[in-house]
Amino acid sequence: MNAPVTRRDAILGITAVATSLAVPSILHAQSAGRIVVVGGGFGGAACARALKRAQRSLQVILIEPNAVFTSCPFSNEVVAGLRDIEAQQFGYDTLAAEGITVIRQAVTTIEPQQRSVLTADGVALPYDRLVLSPGIDFHFEGLPGYDEAAAEIMPHAWKAGAQTLLLRRQLEAMEDGGTVAIAIPANPSRCPPAPYERASLIAHYLKTKKPRSKVLILDAKDNFSQQRLFEKAWKELYGDMIERVALSQGGRATSVDPATKTIITEFGNYTPDVANVIPPQRAGSIAEIAGAADATGWCPIDPVTFESKLVKNVHVIGDACLGGGIPKSASAASAQGKACAAAIINLFAGRAPEAPRLTGVCYNTVAPGYGFSLAGNYQPKGDIFAEVEGGATSPVDAPRELRAREATEAERWFQTITADTFG
Amino acid sequence: MAALINVPSKARRGDTIEIRTLTSHIMETGFRHTADGTLVPRDIITSFTCRYNGTEIFRADLFPAIAANPYLSFFTVAKESGKLEFEWIGDNGYSSTASASITVE
Repeated sequence: MNAPVTRRDAILGITAVATSLAVPSILHAQSAGRIVVVGGGFGGAACARALKRAQRSLQVILIEPNAVFTSCPFSNEVVAGLRDIEAQQFGYDTLAAEGITVIRQAVTTIEPQQRSVLTADGVALPYDRLVLSPGIDFHFEGLPGYDEAAAEIMPHAWKAGAQTLLLRRQLEAMEDGGTVAIAIPANPSRCPPAPYERASLIAHYLKTKKPRSKVLILDAKDNFSQQRLFEKAWKELYGDMIERVALSQGGRATSVDPATKTIITEFGNYTPDVANVIPPQRAGSIAEIAGAADATGWCPIDPVTFESKLVKNVHVIGDACLGGGIPKSASAASAQGKACAAAIINLFAGRAPEAPRLTGVCYNTVAPGYGFSLAGNYQPKGDIFAEVEGGATSPVDAPRELRAREATEAERWFQTITADTFG
Repeated sequence: MAALINVPSKARRGDTIEIRTLTSHIMETGFRHTADGTLVPRDIITSFTCRYNGTEIFRADLFPAIAANPYLSFFTVAKESGKLEFEWIGDNGYSSTASASITVE
């Protein structure tokens, strides 16, 4: 997935330099090439890096409040006790060494008219192009009773870090014979198959350490990504340990009561021993501050350039954008970051941006040595991305050697994407 | 799967209460064809009724455009303790019933 994009970026870089030498007005545009990227996750960091690599003369500023990034992919393994959180954490030293200005601040205001970003310490940073990669925030109004305080009792663990460790501690503290409930929201949400991977890995932990316990999935969806693969694996590995109440069986959580640790659905109340409540989501709050989010809570974009449909000179990538068929995953965010960088380079050079072809790949590990995957290709179609040919899902009937190989490939994918983004 | 019913077990006299029902049914529209061109025959629920101590308080007619597993939510006033009875009737002689009790204080 990464090789073609990198090659194209390199070619674009060369072309841009050649054009700038020939046309003085573009030289001017280039010297004013100042791009601010907000959000240092898989999307933002990949975009900043691709910009700087394509054209060293660009001034690339990355604003991110955290000194250390904690990766959501593979954090379900931390929840299950199979991995240390340190293995999920990455810094920004390499990006800084490559000439990207990394500013450790939170963004408080965006002034699209003045083309300026204001950080919490009161500094104004002007830009020619702004890239927002804010990830997700929670839509608490969508789940009455749930808020930051409730998340300390009923953790979402849907942003990796302290929440991941909190859910881990709750699982460790639970007595054998307990029930772990996972409330899953409707789409769009971050990484659609991940809640089911989590259910699988929690079942693995329970099976090995607390075998009389159960996992109860309360689901606001009837169908989900790679459902047949998951259900087959659950049957093979965990028997009836995982129970799922789908939307049409009354599985949608409508509110929660943190005081009694109750999850209320349309047709019943559940009081599990551990309540992992994943609330409905929307684009990270920076998108709203910029005026780039619409009534859905997400950001409509031009899928060729990722430029916001609502705010000029602002691009939105990653989980926050309305991507249509493209899932909200790390892999998709990274591909979008690179494609957005290529589009910006073209816009600076006065060339028409090329329609990107993005690849998103998603690995699920349901037990150590048991993995499967889904890969999809996406291209702009109208206002969104549509899936095009060339995608592949692991076969439902496959020998265990293939599952073992895919589990190893998943590890390698993680090493590759994190090295590509931060290493 | 049996029907899902959500009726408050207790209410104060005069309270407006919400009643939720969901029954599992394919709601086949009768407009679809199989790969070899054969029409898939219509198979839908056509009627739903709710009786409160024998008196009909809510009725709905259902049509092919309604999705599978119809979910209906409606309101009534809690007047007396007793029984709420639900009935779904549909194509091919389909019939299904459920009931729930309520205590009104």
